[in-house]
Amino acid sequence: MTHATLFIQCIVDGMYPEVGEAMVKLFQRLDITMDYPENQTCCGQPSFNSGYRKEAAKAAKHYIETFEDAETIVCPSGSCVSMVRHHYPELFENEPAWKNRAIDVGKRTFELTEYLIDVLKIENTDAYYDGTITYHDSCHLKRYLGVAAQPRALINQVKGATFVEMKDSDTCCGFGGAFSTKYPDISTAMVKEKVKNILDSGADAVVGCDMGCLMNIKGYLNRHNLNVRVMHIAQLLAGQKAGAV
Amino acid sequence: MNHDTATKKYVQNSALAIKDEILQSALNKIQSGLGKATALSYQNLDEGPPLRLKAHEIREKTINNLDVVLTRLAAKVRDNGGKVYFARTDKQAVDYCLKVAQQHHVKQVVKGKSMVTEEIGLNPAFEAKGIEVNETDLGEYIVQLAGEKPSHIIAPAAHKTRQQVGRLFEQKLGVPYTEDPPELTRIARKALREKFLTADMGISGCNLACAETGHMTVVSNEGNIRMSTTLPKVHVAIMGMERVVPNLEDHDILFRLLSRGAAAQKLGGYVSYIGGPGGPEFPDGPEEFHLVILDNGRSRILADPKFREILCCIRCSACLNACPVYGKIGGHAYDSTYCGPIGAVLTPLMEGMNQAKDLCLGESLCGACKQACSVNIDLPRMLLELRYRLAYGDDQWETKPVSVVEKTIHQAWALLAGHPALYRAVLTTFALGQKIFPTSKGMITKMPGPGAGWTKSRDIQPLSQTPFRKRFKKLNAQKADR
Ligand code: SF4
Repeated sequence: MTHATLFIQCIVDGMYPEVGEAMVKLFQRLDITMDYPENQTCCGQPSFNSGYRKEAAKAAKHYIETFEDAETIVCPSGSCVSMVRHHYPELFENEPAWKNRAIDVGKRTFELTEYLIDVLKIENTDAYYDGTITYHDSCHLKRYLGVAAQPRALINQVKGATFVEMKDSDTCCGFGGAFSTKYPDISTAMVKEKVKNILDSGADAVVGCDMGCLMNIKGYLNRHNLNVRVMHIAQLLAGQKAGAV
Repeated sequence: MNHDTATKKYVQNSALAIKDEILQSALNKIQSGLGKATALSYQNLDEGPPLRLKAHEIREKTINNLDVVLTRLAAKVRDNGGKVYFARTDKQAVDYCLKVAQQHHVKQVVKGKSMVTEEIGLNPAFEAKGIEVNETDLGEYIVQLAGEKPSHIIAPAAHKTRQQVGRLFEQKLGVPYTEDPPELTRIARKALREKFLTADMGISGCNLACAETGHMTVVSNEGNIRMSTTLPKVHVAIMGMERVVPNLEDHDILFRLLSRGAAAQKLGGYVSYIGGPGGPEFPDGPEEFHLVILDNGRSRILADPKFREILCCIRCSACLNACPVYGKIGGHAYDSTYCGPIGAVLTPLMEGMNQAKDLCLGESLCGACKQACSVNIDLPRMLLELRYRLAYGDDQWETKPVSVVEKTIHQAWALLAGHPALYRAVLTTFALGQKIFPTSKGMITKMPGPGAGWTKSRDIQPLSQTPFRKRFKKLNAQKADR
């Protein structure tokens, strides 16, 4: 039996719980049993990216303690997984015991699409979507974790959907955490271009694997009254034809 | 300039650049043309893209043995009849160049392809002494005529249209207006030819210096370097101390990557190998050749293991052509000699972390620079390292903590992250408290404090009243029931 321990990114937990719900629904359909450690909080990425490593290390220790008994940890966000896998060991350069624990738990922490394709070898999730989809490559997922083919393979298996690549799908959307609030003009110029590429693709929905980027894109679309659906890949993959079970 | 002024300037310059349609279309062309072509040309390397990893190794090895390699280079250059000067500071470098100029009663200098002379402020120092300095690279020449600074490492006038250049030439050179590129080039060439023939000193940069042979390699697009380095009776080449390779084999690899990274070319348009003064056997050279090897803060970088890697840079500009932030704000917003991702790391190290903090904070950490870099430098890692030093301050770098308020926020967040019950309670409180903010179509349209930047152009999803952590049990139980 396949079992996954859910690590739900703080943005998903607090702002987009429906993404977590979709993940649960999807895993149920794939006969993956789940647990969700209630004590989980935030992986510490916001602090780490702003330079506050001591504070990030506190969050990291909490993550390690919460998840180290889990066999396989799955998260709907590439940037959080990259934080755990790549940056946790860095944080404990001078604490070898913690460093080893970090490396160990990092090896067992996976991003959703990486988990489905690379670990479980599942491409077909029996999903259905009626419309045209384009995909945004999140920077941390693509460049730091090397995950770009996996989400595309999954999208391509969705029945009823047409997949179109947008121009510069892997150019940063301008989120960058605190960057987007500290340098709003630059960040806006970037998301504006991302949105233009999404619109030019002709798709009626944009799919991504990280709610950080998607909240940026969605926030811009909403403000400018642009009608494109924004979906986390978990939502796409969980979707089925109305009436079908 | 105090730190707040620097921030204001960066933010203002960025905003201006974003509104400048001419600049935007130029930047767009560079990135969608050069940037893409470069990535492709790495794929087409005979040895394949892993050559970049090999190049990184080569560079690291050289940097780790820099003293030895530089000593060899200096000895070889002297063997070839050149003079070598090690300048610790920018001022020493300028003074040395001035001394050479004065010894030879120099009135006019032709100069080409050198970011490093921008770095040390050579032109103003010469002009203050009444010596005329003429840039000879077409782009640099245009920028000089306009009284501006280069905005791109290898395309210094990338921000100017041919119409603007036409008007500039009309004004400054007194020629009839034209916007025809070949004609503009011809005008510049004619103006520069006179300078070449009358100049009594040539100054050049150096793309790579080879310790084995004692030669410098300088790449240019218009062949101007050949003239600047051979026609005047004195030639001074200036290099940052890291621009050295131990042997021809390494030279070959880096050189090929340099041309690809810079312009997606297999080989630069004109390549000059400069190896000292002319003589009876080589009548084409200058009478005197000087090599200035510049430290100017580099050994301090070398001494810090976390930043040493930045000295692997060969200034190819591939990172600029890939960086989405550079692609929006252009080179002038950085207000420093080096811009783009390389500038975002190098400038704080050279000019002060507090002073140049916005350069490393104003990047989205997307990683495109690392992916584009000819020698695979981990620029994002160093951006993060700079932010770390800025967060807590660093005595060795005379850096002060950047913000007490920010630190307190992160301390509070860390406290919550370690105390789940408190974390949940605080988020629940926020979810209730957010109702005071205005909304549209279910999203918040205006936030106070740090969120204000976000809501300038974007709405934000409010916190859910029933977050995932309150939903999971029920969801998971539903399946078990079935
Ligand atoms: S950091 Fe890399 S890509 Fe950027 S200029 Fe230096 S060598 Fe080129």
